Amino acid sequence: MNNSAGTLAAGFSESLRYRKIRDRLVELILLAAGLVAVFTTVAIVFILVYESSFFFEHVSIREFLTDTMWTPLFADARYGIMPLVAGTMTTTFVGLAVAIPLGTIIAIYLAEFAPHRLRETIKPMLELLGAVPTVVYGYFALVMVTPLLQKVFPELPGFNMLSAGLVIGLMIVPYVASVAEDAMRAVPRYMREGSYAMGATRLQTALRVVVPGAFSGLAAAYILGISRAVGETMVVAIAAGMQPNLTFNPTEPAATITAYIVQVSLGDLPHDSIGYQSIFAAGLVLLLITLVFNVLGFFLTRKFREAY
Amino acid sequence: MAAAAELSLAEIRRGLSWRKQLDKIFVLLGLLVLFACLGVLAILFFDLVRDGASRFGWDFFTNFPSRKAERAGILSAWVGTSLIMLVTALVALPVGVAAAIYLEEYAPKNWFTGIIEINVTNLAGVPSIVYGLLALGLFVYKFNFGQSVLSAGLTLALLILPIVVVATRESLRAVPKAIREAAYGLGATRWEVTKDHVLPYSTGGILTGLILGLSRAIGETAPIITIGALSFIAFLPPAPIGGEFPFLNFEWLTSEFTAMPIQMFNWISRPDQAFQANAAAAGAILLGMTLLMNAIAIYIRYRFRKKINW
Repeated sequence: MNNSAGTLAAGFSESLRYRKIRDRLVELILLAAGLVAVFTTVAIVFILVYESSFFFEHVSIREFLTDTMWTPLFADARYGIMPLVAGTMTTTFVGLAVAIPLGTIIAIYLAEFAPHRLRETIKPMLELLGAVPTVVYGYFALVMVTPLLQKVFPELPGFNMLSAGLVIGLMIVPYVASVAEDAMRAVPRYMREGSYAMGATRLQTALRVVVPGAFSGLAAAYILGISRAVGETMVVAIAAGMQPNLTFNPTEPAATITAYIVQVSLGDLPHDSIGYQSIFAAGLVLLLITLVFNVLGFFLTRKFREAY
Repeated sequence: MAAAAELSLAEIRRGLSWRKQLDKIFVLLGLLVLFACLGVLAILFFDLVRDGASRFGWDFFTNFPSRKAERAGILSAWVGTSLIMLVTALVALPVGVAAAIYLEEYAPKNWFTGIIEINVTNLAGVPSIVYGLLALGLFVYKFNFGQSVLSAGLTLALLILPIVVVATRESLRAVPKAIREAAYGLGATRWEVTKDHVLPYSTGGILTGLILGLSRAIGETAPIITIGALSFIAFLPPAPIGGEFPFLNFEWLTSEFTAMPIQMFNWISRPDQAFQANAAAAGAILLGMTLLMNAIAIYIRYRFRKKINW
């Protein structure tokens, strides 16, 4: 560099050196920004483990996992996470019962049947469904869906997991539909054409060629949907009641892991109390559950992107 | 094969027309489900507007929360939300764009870059309430920012960081290689190429990502409850812009706050029916804001796509 630049003015090579140093500095700054993501993950894990370590000094892991009551704020405190996990599983299950069929039908329709212009206009609109603030969805579940359900099931209590679950399902429909549609569009054209050439109709091609071909992607869509439903907070906090209740019956009120965290945060607990520490233990369980589904979904999406 | 030969032509025709009917039925089903979902959104919005109609008015925006539903307003809530969004945008935009530039333009393909990428993907899937717990343990108590506008803004900034990063990366990737190579060919350094040529072309995509991220942040309730937003605040944080030199003050950052979704949640959870109308009105405003921001984002994306001819 210096030899070829030798004929140039010294000032020029000086400015080049300055620009290169600046380039390195900028790279370091950019790298630091990239590391924020890593630090956030590390900090989440550290804070949750650190704060719940105090909780687990009081409560044995065995009691935490096997006790059937969760009443950390009562005088007679019991620390079994199972009622909260049961509530989370129930609302998630109801949500999936809505989101999987609706999301899949929409995805098949958009990927295989819809004309190009309709697809391009309708997809952003569908995504609005996922952009609605969750507190608004909570209001929707409590004030509109529950009264409607009570007309069908008169004995349904005002707080119940059914309406919360239904609304969660509606909320994750666009998410499931969008991942599933991506997966189906990744199935190469020649496979469809082979099927058409054999005389199959569009629906036959969609169900027997495209859906099996996009299987891992569809699985990823459902699994990522589960992870969303598990982490959903405001809808269940508003519409499902906040009473921990060990049941899988969706017509009963119950608390989920997330609703419990909200409930405790609403009160003003001193920050070294066991109640304060218990929300971090609950959060740790929540993080572990969603992590499992996210990792699974991550590998499945990677698989469908590489498959062809 | 033998079985197929036994089918008469008439049977084949019948089977074929039945299968074509099925195709049409599925198209109807698809459209029905699609419009049912969009219909629910429309019903939701109109119901909120109808239920909250009695509350809309100037007073609703200029009154503090009150024990009397008719006199309660959202002044402290919308001011709080605006200040939080300001902090969120000022943090998430530079950090998100810088991280995206690093990953897209600078990072070597190695395990270390892989770790950063997996982290960004993973963070997008972490439930928002977990961010609230992180903020409670880290910002509120470890860093001693307190239950403040600053803590809330930083929390939401971390929450929308993956959205900003992903959107920025996509728009950086859309800039053709030829433009970079032309600039390198003239002796520009990597940063000069990025700053003077790649970034200007990506502004549209970056803006879209930021607005979508903010539209997500504006409705987030759970993390803000977790860090301890108060629901009954009858004062405003100190104004960020003052009349005296240096015209800016930063006391508002450490002020306690409430926000729109918190205010709505508070009204929903009151047993008194009169407050439901307040909740609906606040919800209509919140939903309207979210839809508006999404519409702006879609419009910007559309405009920039149309304007650029490579």
